[in-house]
Amino acid sequence: MVIPQLLVSGLANGCVYGLIALGFVLIYKATEAVNFAQGDFMMIGAFITLGLTNAEYMGLPFWLSAPLAIGIMAVLGYLLDYLILRHLFGQSQTAVVILTIALGFVLRFVAGFIWGHIPQSLESPLSVGEVRLGDVVLGMADIAIIGMTLLLTLLLYLFFQRTKLGLAMQAASQNQMAAYYMGIPVRRVQGMVWGLAGAVAAVAGILYASKGAVDPNAGLLGIKAFAAAVIGGFGSLPGALVGGLIVGVIEPFASYYMPAGYSQIAPYAVLLFVLIFMPHGLFSQVRTKKV
Amino acid sequence: MSLLEINNATLKFGGVVAVNDLSFAVEEGEVYAIVGPNGAGKSTVFNLISRFYDPFAGSFRFDGKDLLKRKPDQIADLGIARTFQNIELFDHATVLQNLLIGRHRHRRSNFVQEMLFAPKVRRAELVNRAAVEQVIDFLDLQPYRNKMIAGLPYGVRKVVELGRALASGPKLLLLDEPASGLSVEETQDMRWWIDDIRKQMGITVLMVEHDMGLVSSVSDRVLALADGAKLAEGTPAEVQSNPAVIEAYLGAGAA
Amino acid sequence: MRIQFKTSYNDDIRLFEDGWSLSVYSVLLFVAIALPFIINDFYLGEMTNVLIWAIAGLGLMLLTGQTGQASLGHAAFLALGCYSNVILIEQGVPFILAFPLAGIITGIIGTLIAFPALRLHGVYLAIATIALSILADDIIVLLEPWTGGVSGKFPVPIDIFGFEIERWTMPTRFYYLVLVVTLITTLFYRNLLRSPLGRAFAAVRDSEVSAMAMGVHIARTKATSFGISCGITGLAGALMGYYAGAFNNETFSLVISIQLLMMIVIGGLGSIHGAFFGAFVIAFLPQALSILTKSISSDNVTIPGLESGVFAAILVLFILFEPMGIYGRWLKIRTWFELFPFARKDMFRRQKSYLKTERLR
Repeated sequence: MVIPQLLVSGLANGCVYGLIALGFVLIYKATEAVNFAQGDFMMIGAFITLGLTNAEYMGLPFWLSAPLAIGIMAVLGYLLDYLILRHLFGQSQTAVVILTIALGFVLRFVAGFIWGHIPQSLESPLSVGEVRLGDVVLGMADIAIIGMTLLLTLLLYLFFQRTKLGLAMQAASQNQMAAYYMGIPVRRVQGMVWGLAGAVAAVAGILYASKGAVDPNAGLLGIKAFAAAVIGGFGSLPGALVGGLIVGVIEPFASYYMPAGYSQIAPYAVLLFVLIFMPHGLFSQVRTKKV
Repeated sequence: MSLLEINNATLKFGGVVAVNDLSFAVEEGEVYAIVGPNGAGKSTVFNLISRFYDPFAGSFRFDGKDLLKRKPDQIADLGIARTFQNIELFDHATVLQNLLIGRHRHRRSNFVQEMLFAPKVRRAELVNRAAVEQVIDFLDLQPYRNKMIAGLPYGVRKVVELGRALASGPKLLLLDEPASGLSVEETQDMRWWIDDIRKQMGITVLMVEHDMGLVSSVSDRVLALADGAKLAEGTPAEVQSNPAVIEAYLGAGAA
Repeated sequence: MRIQFKTSYNDDIRLFEDGWSLSVYSVLLFVAIALPFIINDFYLGEMTNVLIWAIAGLGLMLLTGQTGQASLGHAAFLALGCYSNVILIEQGVPFILAFPLAGIITGIIGTLIAFPALRLHGVYLAIATIALSILADDIIVLLEPWTGGVSGKFPVPIDIFGFEIERWTMPTRFYYLVLVVTLITTLFYRNLLRSPLGRAFAAVRDSEVSAMAMGVHIARTKATSFGISCGITGLAGALMGYYAGAFNNETFSLVISIQLLMMIVIGGLGSIHGAFFGAFVIAFLPQALSILTKSISSDNVTIPGLESGVFAAILVLFILFEPMGIYGRWLKIRTWFELFPFARKDMFRRQKSYLKTERLR
């Protein structure tokens, strides 16, 4: 019964990657920028929840602190856009890439300064209890992660496809000037997307910290989430989830079946493979420019 | 033999027919204009000649050579230079550097020689500079020589793009809406330049243009397109008085 | 303001704009040569570090600043250069051959990697290069018989026809070696910029379609840029190996890749000066921070992540307020003095720009 067990743990990990990847894709869809600090957003979200909930810090009940943390992260995301990214309006993608990488470093330093570098676990009701299906053991946290991720992906997908604001966000990314002329408040829309991405990161953080320990370097997980987003094709929300699941499932299988040393290469090898043969991911949105 | 011969060119985007069984020929030394309403497939014809698009069917011959056997970056080497409808200059480089890039097809050195700046490279650079300087004189670009493109007004950029195409020393010049967005005076300058390009430099010009004033004053022959197909061909006066053309422009019943 | 009258086309092709800049750079070179007699061994070592980073910066600058392709994986090429140099020397190849060979090997492998990478744009390229940087770490461990794996390697002292150079005991000799490499690299870089290939790089960076229409082969040009960039980076890597004195799989990590990219952005993208300015910041920042923390608290506390955090914060400030980097600021200050008192504030105002989707290519 090894395979189903590996599959379950892979799916749960994959959902965390998928959630972070969802944050990348959200921001990319609406601002054409890539937030390399999304993994660090997740880490900060986890720490804020932990700081509110755990007994040695504030000791609030989990069901109060979780929404609070999500709200704080949404505000943080909005502020980050308002104070920093908005000034980059119209600059190249590469400038934003470098900027957000730098922001990630700053966030990591701040988190280490406040909460220290020793891994800590969130005292979460999600982390207790487990469900047995035959021989397969499902932790409550795993179930919560998978459920939340599916729900969130569906909601965001509907939001982008069906609502006016979602469409405005897409329009704003594809041609800033034209969107302006069509009366879309491009800057405000972008701020809202950053807020949304912050909230999604907080959810990812809470789920991640319920499952295991978190430390300031947890944000580096973002790199794997990145691989997930790319495999999924970057502009596509369901694609991000599928990419996350692929990366998540590859990992436990690789470490089970492949010799040590080769297994940690596996996700990146898959990433490079996808990029070489499908340069724009599985769910590509790239078209040829007209001159 | 014509300089540029296009026979039965067809291009489809999905279900949309952008160019439909189009044939025309441009003779050496003439100014040939393509006119037509928006979406008639004028720029698409240019992009086919530049090999940015692969045609669905048809033959494209330039100077006796088959264009379809060439890659997009090998077209310049045949002596075809072009401008773009929405100006595609190198924004973070100076006017001089932009014009020098036009000379790229004359590069005969490799990167090792260039890294060492071998005498061969220096000689070639002097030739390039001299050629570019002639273009600068011709188009009166002296005041802008060392200015960055990013800060230049629209009209000047348009001229720089023309200059970049001229600097490559082409046999055939493709001008995609050379007068769009230009003021009356700038359009007048453009008219004289196109005239001089043909008469003094002996370069054949194929252009797409909306401004009928410009078209009728500089071109020898005009091709009117509608929905990717040929509507009329002839002297500017003939085409302008063609009932089918008037209908396509002004709508049914106007003729 | 200096006004130059050009009388021949050679004036525009010369290495130095005019007599004035020639003399400025001559003085700079003289100072660089005299440096070992002016400062002590510790600071000479730091200056050597600056020059090595500057070479690496020039390598990445060629790719990112000139050709517009951001790479977050250049530490992999530093590692490749470093290991190939040391392994060649262990096989009995003399340094004078092994060192340039290390650059050439790195360049060739870089070109090979470039071909699939070339099809990627912007973000995709950045991610692929990140993966490359992470993979390099694992590959070094897997190739243990050659690379020494986790326990790493120690470079033997350099021997050029019996003339020995060692980083710790003969810092002056090592400094001069690095200085010579820096000068040659800078000269090659400058030559490229004033020849057709350098302009083709700029063309690819600014508009691929019109570069193509001008006869520039996009893929080949990008691959050449990648190759030369990796070659230069490989040389810097070989020197870094000597400078560090010992290295293993973790020496050239993803963080180094990121720092290298940040460095050239802080210095100023697209200029030779930028690589040098950035190298000064990255090499002297740890010094400055340790002096600062010592002055705040008496006990010797090290705050983990402080250096990279502060470095990243500096970068954020630069991108926000001076996207052209230190070099851009320097140009503005110079212009202000040259025009004094006629400089106007709006002379340097940035043009409003709008971003269009990169999903259209």
